[in-house]
Amino acid sequence: MAEQALIALRGVTKIYGSGEARVAALDGIDLDIQDGEFVAVMGPSGSGKSTCMNILGCLDTPTGGTYLFKGHDVGQMSQDERALLRRDNIGFVFQGFNLLKRTTAEENLELPLIYRGVPRAERRRLALATLDKVGLAQRADHTAAELSGGQQQRVAIARALVTNPSVMFADEPTGNLDSSKTREIMELLATLNREQRITIVLVTHEEDVAAYAKRQIRFLDGRIASDSGSRA
Amino acid sequence: MIANAFMLALREIRNNLMRAGLTTLGIVIGVAAVIAMVTLGNGATQSVTSTISTMGRNLLFVTPGLRRGPPSAANDFTEADADAIERGISGLSAVAPSVSRSAVAVLGNRNRITTLGGATIPYFTARDWQIALGREFSLSEVRSGKPVCILGETVREDLFGDSDPVGQKMRVDKVACEVIGVLVAKGKSSLGGDPDDLVLMPLHAVQRRFAGNNGVNTIWLSVGDASDIPRVKEQITTLMRSRRHIADGAADDFSVNDLQEISSVITTTTGVLTAFLSAVAAVSLLVGGIGIMNIMLVSVTERTREIGIRLAIGARARDVLLQFLIEAVVMSASGGIVGVVLGLAGSAALANVLDVPFIVSPGIIVIAVLFSAGVGVAFGFFPARRAARMDPIEALRHE
Repeated sequence: MAEQALIALRGVTKIYGSGEARVAALDGIDLDIQDGEFVAVMGPSGSGKSTCMNILGCLDTPTGGTYLFKGHDVGQMSQDERALLRRDNIGFVFQGFNLLKRTTAEENLELPLIYRGVPRAERRRLALATLDKVGLAQRADHTAAELSGGQQQRVAIARALVTNPSVMFADEPTGNLDSSKTREIMELLATLNREQRITIVLVTHEEDVAAYAKRQIRFLDGRIASDSGSRA
Repeated sequence: MIANAFMLALREIRNNLMRAGLTTLGIVIGVAAVIAMVTLGNGATQSVTSTISTMGRNLLFVTPGLRRGPPSAANDFTEADADAIERGISGLSAVAPSVSRSAVAVLGNRNRITTLGGATIPYFTARDWQIALGREFSLSEVRSGKPVCILGETVREDLFGDSDPVGQKMRVDKVACEVIGVLVAKGKSSLGGDPDDLVLMPLHAVQRRFAGNNGVNTIWLSVGDASDIPRVKEQITTLMRSRRHIADGAADDFSVNDLQEISSVITTTTGVLTAFLSAVAAVSLLVGGIGIMNIMLVSVTERTREIGIRLAIGARARDVLLQFLIEAVVMSASGGIVGVVLGLAGSAALANVLDVPFIVSPGIIVIAVLFSAGVGVAFGFFPARRAARMDPIEALRHE
């Protein structure tokens, strides 16, 4: 590997509790993810995949090992430094959409831009352009509560994309959607990966959802049980 | 960063107007109460002060008997006492011996119980009475004690109505007299009582025809320069003690009263009362602040997920802290402004009902708004810090 990986985990552990109650949610994970990959992380509940995602998303820190994000050691960062790293490099899509309900689609998209200090006119332009990418330009002035589940998830994807992040983490993005909406969302993600070369890391427990990704990683008992390998 | 936090705070308030309104209610009521108390208190003080100044400028009055304690059978003064004051004490612009008693003014079949005053010419200067119709007493009328009378506005209105009283004959008790003038009205006093409910006759006329003696029960003095008042009071006391043969060490059997002094006592009393009521109102402002903290704390819990979202998509702890703090300050300050408006409107209405002047004090408005903003900072900080310290993972998991 000549180039530096976007994400590099080396012997990462996450241990909760101590003594008898000691639980290793992650037990020595080694993982590289390159720029432009589309990775599906799978595994039964309790396998450590959510813990791994929280660490990858810089929401949490490992108790052992090192996590290099673009070569920066996330484990050594303060909470604010991680917040800045998230702000400038990472987009999140959640199972429960996690939009501000009483706020319009456009203002939801502006939120990460506001925290980045993007000027007002530029914010509006980026928000509308990104809503257009997910096919919701006409819904810009609707509040999240007024949109359907599939539409809300597309707004959430747009919100993750609007800052032009290095990587997008999607945690069970189709978990609350029916099969036709699931297909709609997964095709959107696949298109974004293929056409805009956006790195996507997806957590799911559904095989057909994971099939959209180019690489599948399976977790079991805090370890990586199988990895289809990088094909990016 | 502050501008952005401001915008986010305003958006949050705009999207949750009902919650914001209820949060602010305590502050609105507290500030309105403080403003109303202070405004009405100032009005009452002003009203007392202006009433006292209509009684006469730099006015002193000497009365027989002790100022405090049980009424004593002290002797009245005489005109000779007034003359002695006039001769012996410098710096006086008017010395006016007078008597006053209750009497019935009668015109035809109309009558009115009023105050009859016996006066000399300096009385008008000392008590600051102006003539509205007719004339003052002439020197010869004062000397001879001719039964002529000058009416206060209230008496004129009651007995004469629309007709011109000057030159008409009327009776006071059983004494027939001719009306020669009417006084300019002073208006109702906020201390109670009506200064215009009065009939004036020459001092000698009242002494001879009503009292049957030559007693004087009040000597009114107008001091030329207010800074002379303490000296004049002291000299009068010395003079009157010697004229009334009071032994050294014995108590005065008369008193020298100073309107300024009475005025300051009343003003102080009103001030204390205003301060007390304002303090009660300030407690309600504090309760309003606690209300803000309470609702902010509840809303931090209720908004846990929102905070998690913000933290996940790039807000730093300080961004969240600032936003919540600004929300609290904006809510409490706008509550303060609404409270000021309500308080002023309420006290304008009340001032009208209570018949005191409506005096807006800009100082208290500034203080009220600043204080309510301060309440926002003080009571908003704890909830805001709690919001900022949330763990994004926990917060996102919160249902």
